[in-house]
Amino acid sequence: MNWQRLYAIFLKELRQMRRDRITLAMIVVIPVMQLVLFGYAINLNLRHLPAGIADQAGNAASRTVVMDMLATGVISPVARANTPEQLMDLLRRGDISVGVVIPPDFERRLNEGREAIQVLVDGSDTVVQSAAIQLARMPLTQASASRTEPISVVSFYNPERRSAVNIVPGLIGVILTMTMVLFTAVAIVRERERGNMELLIATPVSRAELMVGKVLPYAGIGLVQTSVILLLGLWLFQVPIRGSVWEVYVAAVLLILANLTLGLLISTRAQSQFQAMQMTFFVFLPSILLSGFMFPFAGMPQVVQWLAEALPLTHFLRLIRGIMLRGADLTEMWREVLALLVFTALMMTLAILRFRKRLD
Amino acid sequence: MNSGQGPAIQARGLSKQFGTLRAVDNVDLTVPRGHVYGFLGPNGSGKSTTIRMLCGLLTPSAGEIQVLGLNVPEEAEALRLRIGYMTQKFSLFEDLTVRENLEFLAAVQGLPRQQARERIDQLIDQYHFADRQKQLAGTMSGGQKQRLALAGAVINEPELLFLDEPTSAVDPESRRDFWEKLFDLADLGTTILVSTHYMDEAERCHRIAILDRGVLVADGAPGALTRDLAGRCVEVVAAQPRRAQQVLVNFPGVLSVAQIGNSLRVLAQAKEDLSATLSGALQQAGLEASVHQAEPNLEDVFVAATRGQTRDGAGSDAA
Repeated sequence: MNWQRLYAIFLKELRQMRRDRITLAMIVVIPVMQLVLFGYAINLNLRHLPAGIADQAGNAASRTVVMDMLATGVISPVARANTPEQLMDLLRRGDISVGVVIPPDFERRLNEGREAIQVLVDGSDTVVQSAAIQLARMPLTQASASRTEPISVVSFYNPERRSAVNIVPGLIGVILTMTMVLFTAVAIVRERERGNMELLIATPVSRAELMVGKVLPYAGIGLVQTSVILLLGLWLFQVPIRGSVWEVYVAAVLLILANLTLGLLISTRAQSQFQAMQMTFFVFLPSILLSGFMFPFAGMPQVVQWLAEALPLTHFLRLIRGIMLRGADLTEMWREVLALLVFTALMMTLAILRFRKRLD
Repeated sequence: MNSGQGPAIQARGLSKQFGTLRAVDNVDLTVPRGHVYGFLGPNGSGKSTTIRMLCGLLTPSAGEIQVLGLNVPEEAEALRLRIGYMTQKFSLFEDLTVRENLEFLAAVQGLPRQQARERIDQLIDQYHFADRQKQLAGTMSGGQKQRLALAGAVINEPELLFLDEPTSAVDPESRRDFWEKLFDLADLGTTILVSTHYMDEAERCHRIAILDRGVLVADGAPGALTRDLAGRCVEVVAAQPRRAQQVLVNFPGVLSVAQIGNSLRVLAQAKEDLSATLSGALQQAGLEASVHQAEPNLEDVFVAATRGQTRDGAGSDAA
């Protein structure tokens, strides 16, 4: 490895990047856009579900129950009905997501300890379903005194259950996965498409110098993006960093390296920028779905979990949530650190082996 | 390093197979030091493939190559410090300026900082980029790009320079300037291997090799090659050249008939004076024409070399 040549490639890449306005804009626009989209739009903790209420009892007790339900904020009344059938009708038409039926013999049922209230749910959306189940757990005023919950749940780290707290740290990983893999893969393939590669391989530049020199500027970009997300996460969503900021960046660097080397490997295979993009999404989609970013890891079948363990994002998510939300430190999660390092070493070796300084 | 002795390039039995296509077929080549050596051939004749094999960018399917005393492709990395290579397609960075491109190449070639600056200043002056240092390479004309590419290829003062059709997208005046630069380099002792499909450029070379469908069909100094054809060329000046051509095309002993303005250029298959017989044939066909011997030129050499090949290979040649 010759430092002068390495620096020459690095400098060239920076200069080209500076003139590429669109790429430059993407560096900042992608994280900001995604942060806002994910932060505001994805809210797994639903509130104000449109609800229909059929209060057949119509007495003081039933009215109190309805008031209590509305006070939780989970549902907002949009329709009143007289019978459960009417509610089902509204449900099918999509006018309401939840229907609450209070039967005429409500008080008697309650006293006898039978089911007193029925909640009808639009189960076609699982998130709505779980919100409604939450509603059903609500203690009923009169009985609550006599009944104590057998199990109590104490929620650490995100007691208000704000989904932004869960999503923003993960978003660092998602954005780095998307941009880092894509940028590097495209950067090298573009060189091949434009004919620069023939010039480069006819010079004394070595494979390692070329690859490392090309990806270094992108590592810098990755850190800029990480900072943008951290700052916006703090300002817009009050996402805390309970562990050390320094370790957040170490974790980010680990993921950046893993993704850059993956991008390099893709670039040795892809013949065009379009192919490079397709291959990137081939990796990106499973990363989003399987890493635990959107769906809980524990709920996946064993085989899928093994697959997910091979994705850098999975390990990064555990690291970043640990550091930012639980205040853990890297040494406590050394397995994830090791997994990312192994992935990086493996990809880099494969990429360098696959890259030939020949045209054939 | 055993520079100074032996030819700059020596290749034996060089072949390259791409799937079923034999792009280069058993080519023997010797390029003496200090020569401007021309590679002449139609598109797809294997010129680029040969050059790429010679500088170690392609692995030959068969054959041996020695360039500047180094075995290629085994010692290609060591060779890269001593050669310059100018690709057929402009391969410098279009989104870097003239100076940035040269800076990059100087650094990559390992020139020390101070020396690099001096060399770049010198090249910018020699190649007339003084007022374009900060212009993006992509915004320049074809001729300017080629000049920049040449400046980039010689930044390390190579002993041997490979140029793959350097002037194919360049206007005639730039072409002439470009060749002046090449001879300046040759005067300094640089060996130059240049491929072209322009006859006038081939004429300027010390020595040329003609490639046709991957086969080396002629090799020698342009003067010697044309002299070999002496007595085989006939010029026919006719009032109706098209009709005269139709008469002569299938005449026995005629290799080719090409119309050049109002006259026809006839190349004989063998060394025989066809002027009398052709004149008779034209008179018989009722065409008025004057027929006389002509000096062969490189175009004739090219036609003789490539047509002869077709005859041997396919055995059919109508025109």
